[in-house]
Amino acid sequence: MRIHQGTFSFLPDFTDEQIEKQIEYILRNGWAVSIEYTDDPNPYNVYWNMWGLPMFDLKDAAGAMYEFRKCREAFPNHYIKINGYDPSPMWQAQRVSFIAHRPKEEPGFRLKRTVWSDGRVQKYGLEAYATDRPEGERYR
Amino acid sequence: MVQDKSAKYKKGGVVEYREMGYYNPDYVPKDTDTIALFRITPQPGVAPEEAAAAVAGESSTATWTVVWTDRLTYLDRYQAKAYRVEPVPGNPEQVFAWIAYDLALFEEGSIANMTSSIIGNVFGFKALKALRLEDLRVPVAYLKTFKGAPHGIPVERDMLNKYGRPILGATVKPKLGLSGRNYGRVVYEALAGGLDFTKDDENINSQAFMRWRDRFLYSQEAVFRAEQVSGERKGHYHNVTAATMDDVLERAAFAKEIGAIIIMADLTMGYTALQTLSNWCRSNGMLLHLHRASHATFTRQKSHGINFRVLAKWMRMLGVDHIHAGTIVGKLEGDPNLTQGYYAILRDQYNKEDWVKGIYFDQDWAYLPGVMPVASGGIHAGQMHQLLHLLGDDVVLQFGGGTIGHPMGIAAGATANRVALEAMVQARNEGRDILAEGPEILRQAAKHSPALASALEIWKDVTFDFTSTDTPDVLPTPSF
Amino acid sequence: MTQAVDSANLQALLQETGVPEVLEHLDRELVGLAPVKGRIREIAAFLVVDKLRRELGLEATRPVLHMAFVGNPGTGKTTVGLRMATILHRLGYIRRDHMVVASRDDLVGQYIGHTAPKTKEVLKRAMGGVLFIDEAYSLYRAENERDYGQETIEILLQVMENQREDLVVILAGYKDKMEQFFSLNPGMRSRIAHHIEFPDYGPEELEQIGHLMLAAQNYYLDQAATEAFRRYVACRMRLPNFANARSIRNAIDRFKLRQARRLFEQGGQVTADDLRRITAEDILASRVFAECQEEGGEHAP
Repeated sequence: MRIHQGTFSFLPDFTDEQIEKQIEYILRNGWAVSIEYTDDPNPYNVYWNMWGLPMFDLKDAAGAMYEFRKCREAFPNHYIKINGYDPSPMWQAQRVSFIAHRPKEEPGFRLKRTVWSDGRVQKYGLEAYATDRPEGERYR
Repeated sequence: MVQDKSAKYKKGGVVEYREMGYYNPDYVPKDTDTIALFRITPQPGVAPEEAAAAVAGESSTATWTVVWTDRLTYLDRYQAKAYRVEPVPGNPEQVFAWIAYDLALFEEGSIANMTSSIIGNVFGFKALKALRLEDLRVPVAYLKTFKGAPHGIPVERDMLNKYGRPILGATVKPKLGLSGRNYGRVVYEALAGGLDFTKDDENINSQAFMRWRDRFLYSQEAVFRAEQVSGERKGHYHNVTAATMDDVLERAAFAKEIGAIIIMADLTMGYTALQTLSNWCRSNGMLLHLHRASHATFTRQKSHGINFRVLAKWMRMLGVDHIHAGTIVGKLEGDPNLTQGYYAILRDQYNKEDWVKGIYFDQDWAYLPGVMPVASGGIHAGQMHQLLHLLGDDVVLQFGGGTIGHPMGIAAGATANRVALEAMVQARNEGRDILAEGPEILRQAAKHSPALASALEIWKDVTFDFTSTDTPDVLPTPSF
Repeated sequence: MTQAVDSANLQALLQETGVPEVLEHLDRELVGLAPVKGRIREIAAFLVVDKLRRELGLEATRPVLHMAFVGNPGTGKTTVGLRMATILHRLGYIRRDHMVVASRDDLVGQYIGHTAPKTKEVLKRAMGGVLFIDEAYSLYRAENERDYGQETIEILLQVMENQREDLVVILAGYKDKMEQFFSLNPGMRSRIAHHIEFPDYGPEELEQIGHLMLAAQNYYLDQAATEAFRRYVACRMRLPNFANARSIRNAIDRFKLRQARRLFEQGGQVTADDLRRITAEDILASRVFAECQEEGGEHAP
């Protein structure tokens, strides 16, 4: 199962060259680049691990690619996403976010159901199968 | 202009509105004034200034005759003032009138009150053949009495965890007649296939063939199942429109109980009901999607009614997260320049006067959150380059027929739209000219997506090329 | 298959890149420095040839471009660095025409774990262009084995080696100290392709620089002031902390202050010419002349 978070998850995985072009787009707009990684890709997991601080003053994509490659070397079996952050007033949120690297095998999610009351109401919860194992041992 | 302010009372009876102070070309609007721009078609023989004064009078303090009780008030302040009257460019029958309203005239935070004043009575006035409210400059002082969208665009994106591309949606079809269980199937297929949102249609409320509670349960089941198989967040706009406010709030509360993040309502509910629902959404962490059902009955004709941009401003103040605002390329009315003007009014923090886009005033939005416009009606994957170019990232693109009508099934229809969108965003970000290269970009993307290839083939000839009934009065100077 | 490129084509190729323009600009902007300018021309010519060779398949790898600029303060190293960035950019060796200037304080941290992120931060900001490290030898402190500067040097070396496409590093500083630095860090020396020496300016050159700076700011020296300035330069050169063009720039700032004070004190009408003119008195009030006397007189050798 392929996880479809982030823009471009319906396209074939990007080459480094394509990733670099998206980073250039972020920089052209004056936004900050940040890199995050996780082995808990639950769609409700908001806070992935930060790979260093957001890069605010880059002139060229090479600096961000340098960090992305370092992150990928360190976590070859994690999900890694690249974000473009815009601090403008009344925005203060990301403008770009896409998964740039993912584990080879993605087992997907379990949907837990609890019948909450009468009246057929259910409560739902999602869990990644991979998170049955402890952090750092989840994907190969 | 009457120098002796009390003369009209001495005279008594019927006095021209302009004699009563409703026309004042020397008036300089205050920063705290609301300014309305009306398009007036006076009856033959009625002077433009008198027609403008009449509109000012009837939309504020006046009645058809002089009343002595005026003198118990501070009339100078409470009367609206037509201060500028100009012929409409290219239309000798009509005039534009700028009318200023004092801050004191409108109740704080009440769209119902503001609309009762400005468009309450005056549109039926006999001395006018037709009347249209074109635009409204709302002062910061009055804006600050509103809370605006329950969440606003960036917060919605944070909730959905989706950035840097339009959001994709679809309305479940057929609009009427599906059972709850079948309805949920359509929701599941569309979301699992790659859409972010699905939507109830405006007239699906709680009819005998599918009561609201069943629809909510099945649709929400479909949402969570789709999240499971896609690994991304999804939503379905549950339509809570109902006969009474008690019903509306009951349905909203149930949507919340079963885990929905968004509900929808129809404009037909009325401003007060919507504003109540908006406050409820803000308190309960729910996004509010507005379907502008009925708007075209009063927004479409160029000479009479209100322009949609005014409605858009009121809805931004009243507080919705989404509002349908036109597609330009789809099946429903919408001139490109004017539609881009509506989008600017909904999304930007500051609008600069631009008559070509139908923006007649500078408007400072005073930190009121932006509203996500929704483009819906007759759009399909083959138009993706035009949609992205014209509408930008912060828009919900709703492909109802363009998803559900796909020959390989609903999920394939959804996938086709998502692949087309992502390929186009990728190309745009890479600096390519998507308007020129769009069809080629789509063909390339279709090589790894049979679903897109099939969509491009089946809808290749579909365009809706009709002249708009509402067009700008000013055209851009052609540049050669 | 043989492909011929005649020298006229080579000239045309160079012209197309816009590099000669940059060299002319450099000529106008910097007085003297003939040997430096010669070296820059040489490097530019080499890079054009290298580009051509790679296009013809005679060369596979991109040349190493890291440089060392050695010389005393105020001899134009930073300015030449900026022009070098433009040249490299026009020839397509770097992607952006930008240069980040950094010194030890920007690169080396104060505590454990501080240095790597600091150094990387600067490297990332410079990537795509040129990183100019001023007083590069201060990164290495021979007397302290555990100095954090060592960590900066290691990261720097790695990037200089592995990311030649992304970054050109220029190390700058005093000649003797740089030589010592290179002898203690042979790894660094081996990664530097071009050593450029910046000589001190002669007195005539410094005077000319002064006149250029004044003209650029719409000032001029009258005849007596020109003479006073000549004596000023001769004196200043012999005093400690002399920093070539930088000392001249500072001196001019002080002349301007004195001129302003004089104009106030003299009162009356002030013409546009008064506002532009620096007089001998504005210069002769300088402490430099007195200090020069203590050092052994204005005319001491």
